Order: sequence, then C-alpha cells, then structure tokens
Amino acid sequence: MINVDIGTLFFAAIFTNNILLTNFLGLCPFLSISRELRSSLGLGTAVVFVMTCTAAINYLVYHYLLEPLNLVHFRYIVFIIVIAAFVQLVEISVERFFPALYFVLGIFLPLITVNCAILGASLFMIIRKYTLLQSIVYGAGSGIGWMLAIAAVGAIREKLQKTARLPKGLEGPAITLLITGLMALAFMAFSGMIQIQ
Amino acid sequence: MPKTPSSIDIFKTGLWKDNPVLRQILGICSTLAVTNLMVNTLVMNAGLIFTLAMSCLTVSILRNYTPMRIRMMAQTLIIASYVIIVDIVIKAYLPDVSEALGPYVGLIITNCIVMGRCEAFAKNNPPWPSFVDGVAVGIGYALVLMAVAIVREPLGFGTLLGFRIMPEGFTPWTVMIMAPGAFFMLGIYVWIIRFYFPQTNQIRK
Repeated sequence: MINVDIGTLFFAAIFTNNILLTNFLGLCPFLSISRELRSSLGLGTAVVFVMTCTAAINYLVYHYLLEPLNLVHFRYIVFIIVIAAFVQLVEISVERFFPALYFVLGIFLPLITVNCAILGASLFMIIRKYTLLQSIVYGAGSGIGWMLAIAAVGAIREKLQKTARLPKGLEGPAITLLITGLMALAFMAFSGMIQIQ
Repeated sequence: MPKTPSSIDIFKTGLWKDNPVLRQILGICSTLAVTNLMVNTLVMNAGLIFTLAMSCLTVSILRNYTPMRIRMMAQTLIIASYVIIVDIVIKAYLPDVSEALGPYVGLIITNCIVMGRCEAFAKNNPPWPSFVDGVAVGIGYALVLMAVAIVREPLGFGTLLGFRIMPEGFTPWTVMIMAPGAFFMLGIYVWIIRFYFPQTNQIRK
C-alpha cells in the first residue's frame, strides 16, 4: 500500500498523472470523438461514472475472488467482463429510468467498453497496490482528468475548424496529436507540485 | 461472399494501404507509451503481432459457429486469452521488461486494432487469409512504433537498444522521454504521410 492521502491522490490523478496525457490511455475515442465540445463532454461524463464504479468493483473482485482462488492471471479476462457487463447494465437502466439522460449519453456508452483508460485504471490500481478508498478516488480522478483533456481538445478543435486554415495533410488526426502534445507539455508543469508513485 | 484476394495482396494492403496507425489512427493507446525505449517497443510489438495474428486465426476458424449477437463478447474473450499467454511468457523470460511494461501488456486487449481486424476481416474470411492479414497489420503497426522509438530513444537517452550512439557532450532532451515527445513524433509522421500520400478513399468516420 502506498502512503498518500486521498486529496493528494485525487489531485495527482487529475493533473500530474493524467491518464490520457501521461499514460496515453483512451486515445482512440479521444481522437475520433473530440470534434466538438458537446460530444466531448458527453463522453467524458460517461467515462467518469463508469471508471469510478468499475475501479471499485474490480478492486473487490480482485481481492476477494481472484486472490483467494489464486487466479490472478485471469484478471484481464475478468476485468474486461466486469466492465462490459457494467456498461451494459448502466445502458439498460439509464434507458429505462432516465430517458432524457439516455438521449445525451446513450450513444457513448457502448464505446466505453473498448476504452483502454477504463481497463488501464483498474490495472494501475492493482499494480500500485491501492486500498479500496484510494482506488475509488483514483478512478474518479482519472475519469475527471480524461474528461478535462477531451473537453479542452474538443473546444480547441471546434475553434480550429471555424477559423484556421491548416496546411495540407495536417488536418484531422495530425493536428490533434500535436495539440495533445502541447497540452501534455503544459500538464507536465504540474508535476513539480506532487510526486506519486 | 466476395472472392478472397491472394495472400500477397492482403499482406500489402495490411502493411501500407490500411496501415492501422498512419491511415486509420487506431490502437495507438496501449503501445505509444512504451516507445521511449527500443527494447520495450520490440517486445511489445512482438506480443501484439502474436495476439493479433492468433486472434484473427481463431475468430476465423470459429466464425461459422459463433452466433452473431454475442460475437463481440466471444472475440474479446479470445483476445484476452492470447494476451494472458503473452503476459505469462514475458514475465517468465524477460522479467525486467515485464516490470517496465507494467499494465500495458494487458491493455493489448482493448487495443482497437485487434478487435477492429477481427470484426472487419477475420469474421468473414477463411483462416489462412485472416492469419496473413493479422500478421501484416501487426507488422505495419510495429514499423510505425519503431519509427517513433528510433527517434525518441537516441534524443531522450542518447542510446539505441542500450548502446550509446550520441557523442559524449550531447544533452538528452527530457521532453522526448516524457509523453509529449511521443505525441509530437506521431503527429509529425501522420502529417508527412498524409502530405505525400493523400487518402483517396475517405474511410474515416
């Protein structure tokens, strides 16, 4: 167990160890969805929710099911099933009880199963030996950090589409990668404040 | 069913025309992170090619027995099984590299390329072409990541595969070891490729 208080961990997960900008996780949906601010925020919200819950569930499954049974090598399969099942469950219940919310978030939910950031958060939590509370905080922080990054890039790209005239070949993914690189550089400035891990 | 193209055609398409990273910008998540050292990149690529080729083969063999509705779940389980094999093998033979790669080996499961090829090619084609397609796409992917690593390691550490290649007075560029270096390098590669070889058929969504 690492010795770090909850507030520090939360801050670190959002800024200094941003799961997208320092660990490259969740890049595929990041590049394809970040065309505009609105959809970026929708996907971001869904990710925060799913990441927080699956981190908690996977923690319990890992420590109370896989470890006693000596099946830790199967964690990849088990985690991915937990995530897929949870996303399905959320989708069904949101559709049933909150139709308005489903209208906004519905199309993003299936995308989340294959978002590497979700599985990544669960795997990091095992490797760094977090406690249950730390895992939940880490999951929430990482989700918020991811949302922040995708929202910022979404806003920048929206502006770019309206005003900028880009050189040939730079449109689309290339410029997005360069913008992300600059953002990662900016987020590195936070790393002097806290060091975890 | 459309006529299956020859193995060589599949190979060329996978390697260049449909190159997953440069053309489709898929699946860079899990592997970009390890491109600051050439050794890690090579091991990770080997794992990815194995997983991709074997998953495509298995999905293709089982394609007539898998019900359509649950095929995504079946594919995920097939992929995850091969990733577990890769993980155990790396842990047993290359413990240092395994330590450095951390969770990224497991994240091959969610690498969109593997699922993408299973869904786009293997589920409609016989086993052998699917296997060739998996290998070709895997190699195409590996080449791009090696191109990123070959710039990042010398500039960031002054070494290549652990051997010092930069002159003594060279100051390492810390930014190349950190995350932004990878984003910049990949962005520049994509830009160059799209500048000289513009896409004729827009497949981007």
